[in-house]
Amino acid sequence: MNKYILLRHRDIPNLKDLQIYQENGGFAAFRKIVTGLTPDQVMQEVKASGLRGRGGAGFPTGVKWSFLPTNLWPHYVVANADESEPGTFKDREILEENPYQFLEGLAIASYAVQANTSYVYLRGEFDPLAAGLDRCIAAMEAAGLLGDNLFGTSYSLRLHTHLGAGAYVCGEETALLESLEGRRGLPRLRPPFPAVVGLYGKPTVINNVETLTNLPPILENGATWYRTIGTEKSPGPKVFCLSGRVKQPGNYEMPLGTTFRKLIYEYGGGILDDRPIKAIMPAGASSALIPATEAVLDTPMDYEAVAQVGSPLGSASVIILDDTVRMDWLANKTAHFFSHESCGKCTPCREGTYWMAHLTDRIAAGKAEAQDVELLHDVTSQIQGKCFCALGEFSIMAVRSGIELFRADFDARAKRVES
Amino acid sequence: MVTIYIDGKPYQVDAGQNLLHICLSMGINLPYFCWHPAMGSVGACRQCAVKQFRDENDTRGRLVMACMTPAVEGLRISVQDPQAVEFRASIIEWLMENHPHDCPVCDEGGECHLQDMTVMTGHTYRHYRWKKRTFRNQNLGPFINHEMNRCIQCYRCVRFYRGFAGGRDFDAFSNHNTVYFGRKTDGVLESEFSGNLVEVCPTGVFTDKTFRKHYTRKWDLQTAPSVCVNCSLGCNTTPGERYGQLRRIRNRYNFNVNGYFLCDRGRYGYEFVNSDRRIRQARLRRNREAAFESVAPDEGLQRIKEIVKKSGRTIGIGSPRASLESNFALRTLVGPEHFFSGATVKDHELVTEAIKILRDIPSSMASLHEVETSDAALVLGEDVNNVAPMAAYALRQSVRCKPQAISQKLKISDWDDTAAREAVQDQKGPLYLATIADTRLDDMATRTFHASPQEIARLGFAVAHQISPTAPQPENLDSAALELSKMIAQDLKDAESPVVVSGCSLEEKSILYAAANVVQALRSIGKPARLFLTLPESNSLGLELLEPGSLNQAFAIAREDNVEAAIILENDLYRRSNPALLEAFFKSIPSVIVLDSLDNPTAQKADVLLPAATFAESDGTLVNNESRAQRYFQVFVPQDDIKESWVWLRAIGDALGQEEPGARKTFDGLIADMVKELPFLAPVQEISPASGFRIAGAKIPRQPHRYSGRTSMHANVSVHEPQPPQDPDSPLSFSMEGFLAEPPIEQPPASLIPEFWAPGWNSIQSLNKFQEEVSGPLIGGDPGKRIILPPDPEQAAYFDEIPEPFASRAGELLLAPLYAIYGSEELSIHTPGEAQLTPPLRLEINPRDAQQFNLTGETVLQVSVDSQVFELPLHISASIPEGTAGMICGLPEMPYVALPAWGKVTPKPVNSSTENPG
Repeated sequence: MNKYILLRHRDIPNLKDLQIYQENGGFAAFRKIVTGLTPDQVMQEVKASGLRGRGGAGFPTGVKWSFLPTNLWPHYVVANADESEPGTFKDREILEENPYQFLEGLAIASYAVQANTSYVYLRGEFDPLAAGLDRCIAAMEAAGLLGDNLFGTSYSLRLHTHLGAGAYVCGEETALLESLEGRRGLPRLRPPFPAVVGLYGKPTVINNVETLTNLPPILENGATWYRTIGTEKSPGPKVFCLSGRVKQPGNYEMPLGTTFRKLIYEYGGGILDDRPIKAIMPAGASSALIPATEAVLDTPMDYEAVAQVGSPLGSASVIILDDTVRMDWLANKTAHFFSHESCGKCTPCREGTYWMAHLTDRIAAGKAEAQDVELLHDVTSQIQGKCFCALGEFSIMAVRSGIELFRADFDARAKRVES
Repeated sequence: MVTIYIDGKPYQVDAGQNLLHICLSMGINLPYFCWHPAMGSVGACRQCAVKQFRDENDTRGRLVMACMTPAVEGLRISVQDPQAVEFRASIIEWLMENHPHDCPVCDEGGECHLQDMTVMTGHTYRHYRWKKRTFRNQNLGPFINHEMNRCIQCYRCVRFYRGFAGGRDFDAFSNHNTVYFGRKTDGVLESEFSGNLVEVCPTGVFTDKTFRKHYTRKWDLQTAPSVCVNCSLGCNTTPGERYGQLRRIRNRYNFNVNGYFLCDRGRYGYEFVNSDRRIRQARLRRNREAAFESVAPDEGLQRIKEIVKKSGRTIGIGSPRASLESNFALRTLVGPEHFFSGATVKDHELVTEAIKILRDIPSSMASLHEVETSDAALVLGEDVNNVAPMAAYALRQSVRCKPQAISQKLKISDWDDTAAREAVQDQKGPLYLATIADTRLDDMATRTFHASPQEIARLGFAVAHQISPTAPQPENLDSAALELSKMIAQDLKDAESPVVVSGCSLEEKSILYAAANVVQALRSIGKPARLFLTLPESNSLGLELLEPGSLNQAFAIAREDNVEAAIILENDLYRRSNPALLEAFFKSIPSVIVLDSLDNPTAQKADVLLPAATFAESDGTLVNNESRAQRYFQVFVPQDDIKESWVWLRAIGDALGQEEPGARKTFDGLIADMVKELPFLAPVQEISPASGFRIAGAKIPRQPHRYSGRTSMHANVSVHEPQPPQDPDSPLSFSMEGFLAEPPIEQPPASLIPEFWAPGWNSIQSLNKFQEEVSGPLIGGDPGKRIILPPDPEQAAYFDEIPEPFASRAGELLLAPLYAIYGSEELSIHTPGEAQLTPPLRLEINPRDAQQFNLTGETVLQVSVDSQVFELPLHISASIPEGTAGMICGLPEMPYVALPAWGKVTPKPVNSSTENPG
């Protein structure tokens, strides 16, 4: 019992029923802070907990909140539910099965930055989830958990859902804001940062669904409790999305700092057909490949340690590749994904991903010339570090690391033409 | 100012300015696409990458986008850094993945920014070997050709069209590498600034469709500095000619006037020059019943000599669309006391009054640039989009000035376009529009006020009174107007540089007075308010500065004083006077001499008709609405017997043996005479060097040095290359030889730049080489000078001629003039594209009046006004004030009627002989 902190619905049936959620301590934290804590106290508690953003960047949440200027109003909080990274499906489970804990987290974040209107931005494919959230929001309003003068205080809060049109780039927070404002989802240049010029030009916090879902337990049990989970620099639980060539793919909630080995072999049941593992993509399609050496398998999955072995942890969408996977094929898949999802704003990403897709097509089809692999590598070099937003930067990760670490896979395809 | 280091060399630059702006201003070539000098930076194309170093010890550095990086003290960048150079070439390579290799057949070829930038980056070899992406193109109407395959997705077009010009029917669609710029469906682009897409687009996606019909490469066009003749603002243009045909018009930058842009009426209004209706030969008729016969010019002149010699008196009727010089030549020929304004009686009065206001009131007239940079505006009466479109463009930009404080507070640079717009959101500075009916600027307005002309004037008087109680107050103002006047007054008082835009279009003098009072009131409390008056035509001010009599006086003299002959200069009087009066006038004058370029009803009345040159075939000066005298030059020598009007008039004077100083034979001499007689016109002599001006002993060629086919273009006539035409009137030559400008090292004075071109910069973007600083004044000063200079700052008296409140009349409506951008202006209907967009005749009536008069949607109305009866289809429009009706004036099918005027409106009687219902 009570094994889960984020995926609590796995412990408690029907947690998506407001009454059951409340019977199990739901909204106690929100009520407590609104009636008993100042926004600053909430912010300090979250800072003390060491909670880091679960959307990918791992930025400390409390610090992010504190960037909002207090001389510019109103403030907005936007929950980023545009879960689009290939291999990521954690937010979806939370939104489907444990929506109130997420919404309570959103309400807590809103109180902490004194936002009176907050939004849940969902990817277009999450249409049914948005309808579910709308019902939850209506139930909360009926129960007096949203609205004016909450719990007899002067604090008011309203929540709204907003569906995007299903563009990957809208998970990038500035593109998300553009889309939320009703425009095409193109990223904005920073500075100014959304904390100062965000939604409708006002200071805005954008937090991932899972990040927000962490807040009710933190406020209920305290930062000290929270820090007993996970590692020193990456405290707390995390939902790892395991997919790829494993026997039991799925969401696994574990403390940050659990090793790859434990995730893959204990929770995931090992590799399909018990074949040898070849590489790991810890951050979905945006991650660089990490060759699955013994040392890597024993690496604790926290933000620092994973970065040291070659890729950011990102949203912890761990894709497992075994020896049946050709890296030129993988490069081709990711290149196509990014060329399709490029928003078309900046040249390197718009044209570069398109070119990568063509080149990897040819390599994967075995029709490449020897110099094409080198050309592909050159193209990635010209993209790297020169794009407008992170999408372009991420687009080359798998391709570039694939060539650098598994060159033989590529050359094997390319050489065939010469024979 | 801060010191930055570009490739190790120190430069003093404005702190906070972006590095691309700085590099270009310093003459350093750096390629770019998405940035535009008038539209700022968005950082999308990544073309302007440079290397930035932390300090002098940093050797690695990192690539940054110059357009998005502000200058700070001690900043070190390298443009030449190999990695930056390589990256910039790779950006071009990427853009070329899909850009077709159709330069040889592309309209943009030879003046393509993409071509220039490709050469600049050194990209030559492509590694990409796949099929190019293709799109479907759209029919965007008569002005713009669409070829999406050429698009490099710089987003400039959509930023201009929506963000700056306020258009709604054009957008960016789709994503990744299929981003598409166009309309939802095919159709005419709605914006009156759509033509600028042609210049804003860095390659050949949007090209000039009218030009395409008689296409010529840029380097084969003969060009000369010119001024637009399609409204009173005097935007600077560059017309281009080939084989005796005017091929197109492009923008000519003038910091004070039009900046980087033109309206579509000005850009596409040139085709009348090539019209089939051009008068190309002298014509005369032996008597009023006889048919016209074409004659040699000398015969026409001989006839005129006979007529004028035997005549007791000859009167001259000038023209608001003819040059100052031609009008002056006529005035000299007939004598000042016999020189009459060719404008309508009302326009004559209004413009004369406008001149008085500009002279008497201690305020500066606003230039277009000053309207654009004012932080609060009140428009009294003018539907600027249709009357003076570029003023609408300027006002549209002006509402962005005040909210800049918001982004500046957030330390966002003004050039950081996306961020600045995001911070500002839809907040707008004060813009109040008091007009007859809704306008296409309403979406920008703080408040609109739709009322009759006199109520508009009364609102203006009330605003002036609210600002300064010493200004007279209108009585019995209704409470809504009073509240609005308080609100307007407060916003104008709170502004740093408010502007009042008004003009003559509603033909209501008291509106001018009200506008003047508002400016005076603001000045009296220490606000540097400015006045911007739009006038009826391109040289309305210049004509009236010559102090002509009114058209009615001309008619009276003709009736009473035994006038023998009238010389009518470039003027279709049927557009300016009641037809019955005109018939009587022509009957009373034994001999009518007309000089004009296009056949029209007045030309049909001529006993002798002389073919006059258009603006493109003439030298001359136009005085714009702010009294800025601007010189335009012959683009090409007219064919057949066409001559500039002042040349004809001088020839008539010679034929008559008038006592004339010999110097009068030249254009310079004519101006000298003019300044001698009217010394206040002295600036006209200073706006451009005299004809003897040379650089290094050479004239300035109108033809580019790459002009091709010179030796063969006449080969069908003779294999011997003819001598090029001589130009005794200006320092320009009809040749490709002469002084070759090498900006910014050496270039002609701004008034004499036939086209903007610099080595490596073949497109209009070459402008940066001619400016003191990017988007700043031209080196050596922008062309044009104001004739009316602001008088000493002492308070003039307020106008107190406040009209009575508007009272509706039973059975009658006050017909007020409405304007159509294409159609209301005389020349636009002679351009096929513009004629196509001319609205239909109609009478616009408020729904409640329609109900009261029992009028419904499809009715044709009989309108009796000023002893004329018109049949006009009914158009019910909620924005027309009750008791008034709007009538689009100037349309070719409509006889002239002086508006506003009361008219009786009844449904057209149903035709009794209806078809039988079976």
